[in-house]
Amino acid sequence: MSAASAPARPRVGLFATCLVDLIRPSVGFAAANLIEQAGCEVVVPPQTCCGQPAFNNGDRATARDLALQAIDAFQGVDYVVAPSGSCAGQLKKHVPELFAGEPDLSRRADAFAAKVFELVTFLVDVRGMTSVQARFDGVVTYHDSCAGLRELGVKAQPRKLLESVQGLTIAEMKDPDVCCGFGGTFAVKYGEISDAIVAKKADNVVAAGAGTLLAGDLGCLMNMAGKLQREGRPVRVRHVAEVLAGMGEEPAIGEPTRGE
Amino acid sequence: MTAHFTSPAFKENAHQALHDPALQRALGNVESGFIAKRRKAADKLPEFEALRDSARDIKNHTLAHLDLYLEAYEAKVTAAGGHVHFAPTAEDASKIVTDICRRVGARTVAKGKSMISEEIELNAHLEAAGVKPIETDLGEYIIQLRGERPSHIVAPVIHLNRDQIESDFRRVHSDLPAERDLHAPESLLAEARGVLRKRFLEADVGITGANFLVAETGTSIIVTNEGNGDLSQTLPRVHIVLASIEKLVPTLEDASQMLRVLARSATGQEISVYTTFSTGPRRAGDVDGPEEYHVVLLDNGRSAMLAGEFREMLRCIRCAACMNHCPVYHAVGGHAYGWVYPGPMGSVLSPSLIGVDKAGHLPNASTFCGRCESVCPVRIPLPKLMRHWREREFERHLSPATVRSGLRLWGFFARRPRLYRLATRTAMGALALLGRRKGRFRSLPLAGGWTATRDFAAPEGSTFQAQWAARKDRA
Ligand code: SF4
Repeated sequence: MSAASAPARPRVGLFATCLVDLIRPSVGFAAANLIEQAGCEVVVPPQTCCGQPAFNNGDRATARDLALQAIDAFQGVDYVVAPSGSCAGQLKKHVPELFAGEPDLSRRADAFAAKVFELVTFLVDVRGMTSVQARFDGVVTYHDSCAGLRELGVKAQPRKLLESVQGLTIAEMKDPDVCCGFGGTFAVKYGEISDAIVAKKADNVVAAGAGTLLAGDLGCLMNMAGKLQREGRPVRVRHVAEVLAGMGEEPAIGEPTRGE
Repeated sequence: MTAHFTSPAFKENAHQALHDPALQRALGNVESGFIAKRRKAADKLPEFEALRDSARDIKNHTLAHLDLYLEAYEAKVTAAGGHVHFAPTAEDASKIVTDICRRVGARTVAKGKSMISEEIELNAHLEAAGVKPIETDLGEYIIQLRGERPSHIVAPVIHLNRDQIESDFRRVHSDLPAERDLHAPESLLAEARGVLRKRFLEADVGITGANFLVAETGTSIIVTNEGNGDLSQTLPRVHIVLASIEKLVPTLEDASQMLRVLARSATGQEISVYTTFSTGPRRAGDVDGPEEYHVVLLDNGRSAMLAGEFREMLRCIRCAACMNHCPVYHAVGGHAYGWVYPGPMGSVLSPSLIGVDKAGHLPNASTFCGRCESVCPVRIPLPKLMRHWREREFERHLSPATVRSGLRLWGFFARRPRLYRLATRTAMGALALLGRRKGRFRSLPLAGGWTATRDFAAPEGSTFQAQWAARKDRA
């Protein structure tokens, strides 16, 4: 959709992603809050998963079914926004591949893909957001998750918004753009290798001297948090949207929830 | 003789590699060495990205007309007095080479670095025919001393530390004084040179690989940093070039473009120290060169790739940038992959060459981080091609049963949004209750691969969709 034809208050379908839906709903609320701050209306159509686990395990039939399900569910919105570079990459880059050579489906898939954005790039590149109203007292380090970085060019945008958070300082780690070893089902299928990769990442995170690690993908975050916590390292781990939405006081990933 | 590989045992190989402290120390050099050098070389050349496009296009064009370029190349080599032999299989290629060696009564052959020689296991064939192969590339020479395989396609001994090489030299070069100082890496190189010089002179046949074959002129081109390629091909009476069919490029101009991206991508050099061109045998009046010149062109499954979804892999110029940037390669090294070609390029190529039933782990053992594709000088979409292998494995029911049944169960729910919401709300509620005190789990059924070494965050409670719906209802 071109800027000229965009409605004054676009309707954004929030694709929460299955991990956020199941494990950390607060990221979904943080995302909704930010999208609203960017002058949009947020809706949450019924959803399950973008289909990436099937796609990356060679099960194209299931990946296609889930892609079509998402295309149908998000028909009435102007944008589809996901707080994950990996799921947004699946929906934006790979869904069209699944229907290549089938004119009707391919047209629908392309139109759908054109509406899909990763959360922070949507805020900055599409909505022109340059700062957020949030406070976070502490030093953070930011990990560039692979799919967001290499498929969607997520790199400068989160740092730009983080710089506007009051009280926050960024301390870059060594090799922030190197994989954390998550890789979806890879982390379980090749757990030992995945662990060796995340061990290096954890060392780099700790060496950066930040109290908080941020990234834009919950899968990677859970992997890194799981390693840091198992090793008893004093780094808290959060999705970048939580800090940008001013929710940085809530329990971090893998910490006990309060009260209830 | 069939190919020797341990790719089916990839996981066990990886386990061993991860617990080998010397290997882990050596692998640190991959990360610290190659990556920064490539970055620097690429940054210094403003047109580097455009050159990559053009390298991709040159290769695509060549592959689209490969039959024509092969014919043109053969005609030129023949006109220059050389012989071209087509080898459909690895076995054929080895036989052609050993037959030539037998015919000329060769007792020793001097070899330049050639991955094709590794692919066809030429040394074993030569030895079986009573011909002694001598590797003249320093890395390959060390590999030969140790009875190993290269662990990297550009730096064959990247898995070794200096002291391991020193002790090999002391063991094998036992005629040299025991008290000699081999501490500096240069002294190792000098010693190897001294030993190898003698052998060059004894060799009856020289065998080299090829980085490029030029159709326009019938020229084969190799790049080295040691100059051993020159000696292997100019000193012996007979020169055999061993190359696979996708090494063709149309013109010398094209070759020079490819060379510009090759050296920068491989070692961060602007150009390799030696770039050697050879076209046919010695002509009347030439001061040196071989009396006989042969080119053995290996297919070994490549023309089948040409027709299918793995065609793009044939653009590969063996620069090794993909493995130099691969987190999995950094963790386990090249030998774990179990055959000749490691890292991302091997994970696509090996299943094509030895069968996906045997090399099936390789395309799966990737996080799909995409760093390989981002540095590949000919822009091969390596993750996409690995995914194509996963699709074939899935179709042929070769993927592990646990993965298949897990996917089936998950797919069943994911296809039914209502049921999914119901089931996940209940399941997450229960899990959240279980994990509430700590906020994470130290072990979880079916996720042992994860929880053996990492905690797993407990769900916050109800799902996002349930909470969102509840909020909307309240509003
Ligand atoms: S796949 Fe690309 S990066 Fe890897 S060796 Fe081949 S040309 Fe180099």
